[in-house]
Amino acid sequence: MEKRATREAYGEALLELGERYPNVVVLDADLAKSTTSIKFAEAFPKRFIECGVAEQSMMGTAAGLATTGKICYTGSFAIFATQRALEMVRNVIAYSNLNVKFCPTHAGITVGADGSSHQTVEDIAIMRAIPNMRVVVPADYFEAKAAIKAVAEIEGPVFIRLGRLPIPLIFDEHYEFKLGRAIKLREGNDVTIFAIGLMVSAGLEAAASLAKEGIEAEVIDVSTLKPLDTEVILGSAAKTHAVVTAEEHSIIGGLGSAIAECLSENLPTAMRRVGIKDRFGLSGTPDELLKHYGLTSEDIVKEAKDLLQRG
Amino acid sequence: MDREKLRQFLEEKARVLRWDIIKMIGEAGSGHPGGSLSAADIVAVLYFHHMRHRPDDPKWPERDRFILSKGHACPVLYATLAECGYFPREILWTLRKFNSILQGHPDMRRVPGVEISSGSLGLGLAAANGMASAGKMDGKDYRVYVMIGDGESQEGVVWEASMFAAHYKLDNLVAILDNNGLQIDGPVSQVMEIQPVVDKWRAFGWRVLEVDGHNVLDIADTLVEADKTRGQPMMIVAHTIKGKGVSFMENVVDFHGKAPTKEQMEEALKELS
Repeated sequence: MEKRATREAYGEALLELGERYPNVVVLDADLAKSTTSIKFAEAFPKRFIECGVAEQSMMGTAAGLATTGKICYTGSFAIFATQRALEMVRNVIAYSNLNVKFCPTHAGITVGADGSSHQTVEDIAIMRAIPNMRVVVPADYFEAKAAIKAVAEIEGPVFIRLGRLPIPLIFDEHYEFKLGRAIKLREGNDVTIFAIGLMVSAGLEAAASLAKEGIEAEVIDVSTLKPLDTEVILGSAAKTHAVVTAEEHSIIGGLGSAIAECLSENLPTAMRRVGIKDRFGLSGTPDELLKHYGLTSEDIVKEAKDLLQRG
Repeated sequence: MDREKLRQFLEEKARVLRWDIIKMIGEAGSGHPGGSLSAADIVAVLYFHHMRHRPDDPKWPERDRFILSKGHACPVLYATLAECGYFPREILWTLRKFNSILQGHPDMRRVPGVEISSGSLGLGLAAANGMASAGKMDGKDYRVYVMIGDGESQEGVVWEASMFAAHYKLDNLVAILDNNGLQIDGPVSQVMEIQPVVDKWRAFGWRVLEVDGHNVLDIADTLVEADKTRGQPMMIVAHTIKGKGVSFMENVVDFHGKAPTKEQMEEALKELS
């Protein structure tokens, strides 16, 4: 199965955005090679701003640029973009609904060997809590590329969470991203697997395993966590009455929380959350870490069967 | 306008701003008089003499920009914008009240003429860098003025942003330090020393000028001199007195963030009339 990292989509999408919108400006904080924004820097050097290792300054600069009508894309690692620079993001950009897009890479634990200081398990929770902020977690390269391009047309701040690890392709270049739309990837009547990011392909694998045991799982790529596609979520839960969420993020404040909030207010449904259980990361290979933190398709299968009391 | 008339005109504007500042904060019952009063002469010179701006067209793309990075001193900015005609003067008396456009710190989405929301210290200089960079990128000749506080200079992002401005040779950017020497917890020198501040900014690659921040003609001349700078950003270290213009507030730390009582307000207004 062909794999590509969602971060690769960043540089590729920026190249297209640079052609299409003369007012797109890209900023980075000494990570342009890692985030892949270097591609834009080489093609449009006058519209690329290297900010040095200074994420707070970068976000403030982006805010100032946005007041003049620029569409700003800022790159960094997710940990630094959402946490070192958080107060700038909240107090200047989100508060005033300025047109700054955050597309940080290296999110989650699959950064791997760099260890906990460079991993994020709480970035979605933080960004989701900020008013005006929209939150997107693409499931593959094509969804990431489509989302990065599409949000240029959306006024205000958008957080798009990207990863370093090459992950299986699910969509193709014809995929059209729509903010706030969840995508049903597999139909099923017994259990719904809501997933984001690299856990979408794990969810599809889990569904294939479950099918061998006679359990038909519905798999939904939630991709936009905010605004949440409550219609699709409630529709599926009303059919299956059993929900498993799966995310490369803490079970606190991310997809699992968002789905639980939606269901408990509208349609209380038995559910399980596959995610990081309130812990920091470790160094290791991505596969070792995914296994250690319980983020494999087998973990989804186990939770689904537990839930259905079919274990 | 000859210099004596200009001096009288600007001093009168600054007096009106100070009167409004006291009235606004007195009516609100909370706010930051000290740092609003210390900045009044500088802000008056910028808006009533130096900057190109259009109160009837606040988003005019060619306008010069002023950013009040020390956002807690917003009464001076609100009073100035009202005096310029950006919004009706009566709104000033709603400062800090429920659903007023004039929040305790400036909101760019609600107040005509406010260029960026501020209040969280240190953000203004970085935002000014963005506006100045955009001006360079688009070949526009507008200028960006940003006022920071001396206490505010303790924020790390100020120094991140200072490196940025020098690195990119933002000579369309002028920062003004309201160097009044006091912050909430006491004298800046005791809380966290920032001196020698002139040397620091020079070392960070800026051209630095000093001025008496209460001499309107000197301020006006210094701004003209600053605008002549090419190839580097400009810092004007303005030596000011916290609470300037109200005898019992001058150099009194407590008036950083405390409103006058009704009696104090009346007394101050009398002094400023």
